[in-house]
Parts: sequence; structure tokens; C-alpha cells
Amino acid sequence: MSSPCRNPEWHPAATRLLPFALVTMLAVATNEASAQQAAAPDAQHGPNEIAVTGLFPNGGSPPPLDRIGTRFEGNKPAIAAGKELFGQMNCTGCHFNGGGGMGPALMSGHWRYGGRIDQIYASIAQGRPNGMPSWQDVLQPQQMWELAAYVKSMATSASSSASQTAVPGASVKP
Amino acid sequence: MPAKNYAATRYSALDEINGANVGKLQVAFAFSTGVDHGQEAAPIVANNTMFIVTPYPNNVFALDLTKPGAPIKWSYQPRPAAASQGVACCDVVNRGAAYSEGKLFFNTLDDNTIALDAETGKVLWKTNLGDINTGETITMAPLVVKGKVLVGDSGGELGVRGWLAALDTTTGKILWRAYATGPDKDVLIGPGFRSFYPSDNGTDLGVKTWPTDAWKTGGGTMWGWIAYDPDLNLIYYGTGNPGPWNQEQRPGDNKWTTTLFARNPDTGAAKWALQYNPHDEHDYDGINEQILVDMTVGGNPRKVLLHPDRNGHLYVVDRESGEIVSAKPYGHVNSVLSIDLKTGRPVMNPDKLTKVGTVVHDICPTASGLKDWNPSAFSPATGLMYIPHENLCMDWKSRPVSYIAGTPFVGAEVVSKAGPGGNRGEFTAWDPVEGKAVWTIKEDLPLWSGTMATAGGLVFYGTMDGWFKAVDAKTGELKWQFKTGSGIIGQPIAYRGPDGHEYVAILSGVGGWAGAIVSGDLDPRDPTGALGMNGVMADLKTKTAPGGTLYVFALPKS
Repeated sequence: MSSPCRNPEWHPAATRLLPFALVTMLAVATNEASAQQAAAPDAQHGPNEIAVTGLFPNGGSPPPLDRIGTRFEGNKPAIAAGKELFGQMNCTGCHFNGGGGMGPALMSGHWRYGGRIDQIYASIAQGRPNGMPSWQDVLQPQQMWELAAYVKSMATSASSSASQTAVPGASVKP
Repeated sequence: MPAKNYAATRYSALDEINGANVGKLQVAFAFSTGVDHGQEAAPIVANNTMFIVTPYPNNVFALDLTKPGAPIKWSYQPRPAAASQGVACCDVVNRGAAYSEGKLFFNTLDDNTIALDAETGKVLWKTNLGDINTGETITMAPLVVKGKVLVGDSGGELGVRGWLAALDTTTGKILWRAYATGPDKDVLIGPGFRSFYPSDNGTDLGVKTWPTDAWKTGGGTMWGWIAYDPDLNLIYYGTGNPGPWNQEQRPGDNKWTTTLFARNPDTGAAKWALQYNPHDEHDYDGINEQILVDMTVGGNPRKVLLHPDRNGHLYVVDRESGEIVSAKPYGHVNSVLSIDLKTGRPVMNPDKLTKVGTVVHDICPTASGLKDWNPSAFSPATGLMYIPHENLCMDWKSRPVSYIAGTPFVGAEVVSKAGPGGNRGEFTAWDPVEGKAVWTIKEDLPLWSGTMATAGGLVFYGTMDGWFKAVDAKTGELKWQFKTGSGIIGQPIAYRGPDGHEYVAILSGVGGWAGAIVSGDLDPRDPTGALGMNGVMADLKTKTAPGGTLYVFALPKS
């Protein structure tokens, strides 16, 4: 999905900001995650560069999808862990099982602030001005990646599911 | 005031528009509120000016009724914190303003009460009453009684501790605040407190009927209606649901949630209390309206209040003593078998009690109740009460939930469905003396609008797909209807214009809990969404779209 040359972790500027040991560990994790999906990937930090707009003046372009994100996206153990957190952190109270309520729907495929997993991560970490709380002081990056993986999976599984219909439920018999 | 008078009858003595001519009713003017969330407010008319409060961002418009087309006289933008939208449980609604003493009082979603000069729109004072980081918001319409603005909070789905506060109309200073939970000194229960039923008497029940400290996050918010009896000098209001919805986390009666209070408005001191739903298991808030009427019961004149509770029973309560005179179901109910008039407590159906890990099916009414916030009317001409309500049931599964301040504290997964017959709404004319329905109109969609009765023998209400209707007060016969731009969840009013003629006004714009699927663009494929409303309202997106428009109707000029 992403090539090494597009990985922001390997960008010289980003590398300078990271401790040597962490870079080594992330590189190892990358190799292991690509080999199998028995466990959720590890992550010590969030995405390096994020844009939540589709406008890039003067011919700019969106930052590449974060390499950590590609490891979490679609990763079943990460999605399962994220689903657990989604309930524990009361995300369900606003977004329910993806249909939304106090907060927007997450299964509809429409994203106010971007539907890439790294953009979803950023929305969770930073919060968003119309009511999304900022979770970066409460949760670890690993947890926020897992949540992002689960949220991303809601829209993916909804679009492939035909079992739900948009008609009101059956009525109760007297 | 939105309820027309302190007795909250929503009865207009105007009779120019009546059954014989209502068919000719036409739009006199319309006005866009510029906000396309649920328009639950009542327009307020005073001094030939109409005042409107929008949902968040709670903009206020004053319209000059003396000029053609009712142009804007002034407007005011309070700019509430945008983040407040994220802690409002059921759309970002506002139920209206109150006019008194040349001032307009209203609340903002981010917990401020503001007084404006009604002539100029200039801010006279602004008082902060809460913190959105605790999940607290304000959506109710204030009531002014004896120089005090009465204001309560919202947030029963976020573990917010409920209260009602009285603010000085001149300065905005908080004169008293009565909490719904906690020790007696916080609830303003003192020596003069004497409830009719034994289980509503005792010391510090707002603490003792909870597990340790659970009352601090236990709800009991006050986002509904207040009535006032000047002769008895008592205000009446009910408190909201206990938190969390998962009842297993809060053994006990959970006082004083879902409780009717009678209080002295001068001091806030409680005179008596009546807990409608001790240890509520179904989100049956007690915030619905109280209509104050004097009626003959068993040959004796009684001062009573009429309260259609979320639990499906129409309470007739002696407003001096707090005794329940009668409590009959006004629609389909199976969660509550009856109200025990000896104890004041509901007799619960054991098959419909909620549990962790088990789906309990077909509980009627659903969490929003047989009727939610949208107020009824009472016509002294017919002696009938007109109740716009729902006919919904639900499946409920409780689950453990942790309290995280500023996030939902619910712990239940709910899926609502239509009640018996399949019609999701009903409009019921109720005889409070006989305790029975006189006629009922079945509506496809839940009724989320208020209603108003007039001396012209008409009753007005709106539907969630946008029809504004006038029906005969005696028979329920449809006399007139008009399709507005969006679903109606507002409160109709009638007023006499500067030209001496009768006008009828309603805000159109779908939303609120039942309409959040449209105003919030929710996904109908998740029936648990919007606290279980998504499933049963899945078709609303095919029947209406968001909006926000005032419509004012009158007879053609002859």
C-alpha cells in the first residue's frame, strides 16, 4: 500500500525528532506486522503530517498516508481492541454503532474532517471544534490508532453489508 | 411565556379564527431563522413585537409586527461555545424565551442565561450557570415569577447533576439553586417540607437512596416546564431521569430524579415532592408539563395539576398536598401496570424491567416516553386536555458504563419501534375528570410538536413531515392543514396583531431527539443510533429535510 520512499517516518526531518531506539522499534514492528495479523501493531506516536482539507494551494498535495496507519488499517486485532475502547471511553454514547446521535454517523462514508485512518486519528487526538472532545491527554497513541482502525472499519463494513435496511422497524403486537 | 399563562394551559381566548372560517387561513408572512436544527421554541409576542430564539447558536430575532411583512427590529447573536454542540444529547434545541418587565430572557446551549432589552436587543446581563466540560447544557425556556428568572439544566445522559435556579431579573444574580440530588440543604428541603406519600419523606434521601456518591453524577436535570400558582405561591416542575440508564449501577430510589416538586419561588424551599418513577429503569423523565386547573372530583372542587408522564400515565395531582387524585394510561403502556394511589408509586411489570446483558423486548412506552417534552393544552371551553404524543416501544439491553466527565453516561443499547397499530404518533383529547380519551387521531410519525387550543373551538399541532393542522376541539375532525417547509416540532401560538386580528404562528424545522436522524444526518442502518431512535425514524429522511422557518397565518383581509 505504501512504499518506503513515501513513509514519513523515514523523512529526515521526522527522524531527527525521534529517539534512535524508537525508530528502531518501529522499523521492527513494521516488518513483523507485514508478516502476520496475529496481534495489533505497536505505535508510540500519532501521524506525522495531517491535512483535513482537500485544498492545497499552488499545486500542493495531501501528505502521504502515515506508515503507521497502513499497519493499523484493516488489522483485525487492532479493530477488535478499538471496538473495546470505543465502548469503554463512551464513544458509543455519541456515535452508537456507527449511526451517530450526539455525534455524527461514522458508518455513512461521509467524513467532515477526513476519512483516512491518520485523519481519523487526528480527529480523536485533537478533537474537533463542533463538539468532538480531544482525547490526547487521556489515551495513548497505541489506543488512538486502535480506535481509528475500528472507526475506519465501520464505514468499510457498512458499505459491504446489505442486511440493514432504511425502513422503520416492525411494530409491537398488542 | 411559551405556555401562554402561569397555569400553562396554552389556551388562547381569541376566536376570530374558528371552525367555520379556518379553511381560508393563509400565510401572512414567513421568516427564515437561518438555522436548520430542530425548532422547538414557541414564538413570543409582546408589545407588537415577535421574539424568536433559534436552536444553537441561539440567535434571537425581534420582528416588528406593526410593519408590513414584520421586518427585523433587532437581532442578537450570543455566540455560544461551538463545543457545546458535542454535549447536547438530542439535537441542539432551544425551547424558547420569556418576556417580562420589558426584558427578554433566554438560555444558551453553553449554560448562560441572558437578559436583553426587549426594545433594543441590548444585553442587560449575562449569567453563567454551568460548565459544558461536565456535560451540562441548557435547552429549556425560562419562566419569570415574582422578579425571578427560573432556569434549569440539561444533560441527564451525561451524568449531570440536575438543578433549578432563580436569577434576579434586574441583576442576573443567582438568588437560589435547588439541586435534584444530594443532601437536603442542596435540594432546599427544610422544616416546611411534607410530602403526601411516606416514601417521599425522610432526611437526606437525595444521598441515602443512592450508592455512595452516585448522586453526584445521578442526573435529575430540569429541561422542561414550570407552572406557577400565585394563590398558593408555589411553582411546580418535574426532574429528569437518573443516570446512568443502566439501573444496576444505582440501587435505590434515586431521589429526587423523575420527581414533581412544589416549591416556594421566593426561597426555593420545597413544600412537597412526588417521585413519579422511583429507581427509573426506562429513562422516564418527569419533566413534562403541568397544567393547573380547578376541577370537581367526586363532587368536591379540587385544585389540581395535570401531568402526562413519560411513563404513560396522566397524573391528576392535588397541587396543595401532592396527593395523586388519579393516574390513568393515555395510550399503550406495558412497563407500568398501574399507579398505586396508596403509595404514589408505579406498579412495575416484572417482565419489562431492564438487566445487564439481556435484551428485554417490546417495552412500551419507549425511552422517550408515551409523550416527551412537547406540551399539551387545556381548553376550559371543552374541559378537555389535548395531548400530542408517541406510540413507540423498545428493546433494551443494559451494559456497564464508566463515568468520564463530559461524555455520555448511559450504559444501555436501545432500539425503538412502533407501538401496536403501527402508527408512531397519536393526538389524544383527554377528559381529566372521567380519566379517559374522548377521541384520538392516529399519526404515522411520532408527534414531537406542542399544541394550542383556542376559543375558536380549534386545536393546532404539527407533524414531523411538516403538516400544520387545525382540528375541531370537540370532535377531532381535521378542519385545515398546511404543508410547511420542514417537519414541525415547535409550539404553536395565537396572538392579536396590531391590526386587531388573530394570527397563528409556528416554527417549522425538524430535529430534536426523534428528528435528529434528519437534522444530524444520522445513518438509519444503525437502529441503536440517537439513543435508539434511528431505527424507528429510518424513513424520516425520505419524508422531510432540515429547515428553520417561522410561519404566521391569518384570515384573508376582507
